[in-house]
Amino acid sequence: MRIRDVRDILEAEVLCGEEFLDHEVTSACGADLMSDVLAFVKDQGILLTGLLNLQVVRTAEMMDMSCIVIVRGKVPDEKLVDFADSRSIVMLRTPYTMYTACGRLYNNGLVGVE
Amino acid sequence: MDKIHLQYNVDGEDFTLAGEASSDVRRVLRKLGFDGDTIRRAAICMYEGEINMVIHASGGVIDVYIDPDSIEIIMADTGPGIADIEKAWQEGYTTASQTVRDLGFGAGMGLPNMKRYSDFIDIETELGKGTTVKMIIKTRS
Repeated sequence: MRIRDVRDILEAEVLCGEEFLDHEVTSACGADLMSDVLAFVKDQGILLTGLLNLQVVRTAEMMDMSCIVIVRGKVPDEKLVDFADSRSIVMLRTPYTMYTACGRLYNNGLVGVE
Repeated sequence: MDKIHLQYNVDGEDFTLAGEASSDVRRVLRKLGFDGDTIRRAAICMYEGEINMVIHASGGVIDVYIDPDSIEIIMADTGPGIADIEKAWQEGYTTASQTVRDLGFGAGMGLPNMKRYSDFIDIETELGKGTTVKMIIKTRS
């Protein structure tokens, strides 16, 4: 699945990283606890989260994740978006809740990492 | 490749800055051509350690030694020390404040994650004196 498809499935707004929308992703992870994300070393393309601080971008960076999806329509401040942009990470914002956003992606074939 | 030594002073005042050093090491490892799995393991171990340094010990010093076969990370702080090291190894055990938890950390996964992804880990800690964590991540080829 391309990040472009993730955007469409989640009816999301692209906050930064427009140029990377054709990047392919094969799995995703939904969490507000960054240590839970760091507990799985495998390739995960997307981080869905409701957390809005710089450590979200850091965590995605450490894990080579190419896209962060902010759930529940939360609005990250400019600093956070700029930081994601500086790390070449796509940031999307979806109106869906964490559960629904994950469910929609899973239904469309984007699996988790077990 | 000669052994490379990197050193970082971690600022303990600003939680938002935590991870700068880990991010830099990750960049260096990428530039040196290490494989993705090794880089991720090293980055996770060091990042968790760096977060710990900031939230528990008001910062510290990190030395990183890189050679083709392994990455050695030594993190030393002069913080309060770890009162119950046995418990600290358990998943879910934490002494972090609610503020830290609100930021997405302090879930009691730091040391377990560091242990899981390093090939060697040793912690020396003394109450009131500080803690030194040594980790080695070996490349797997």
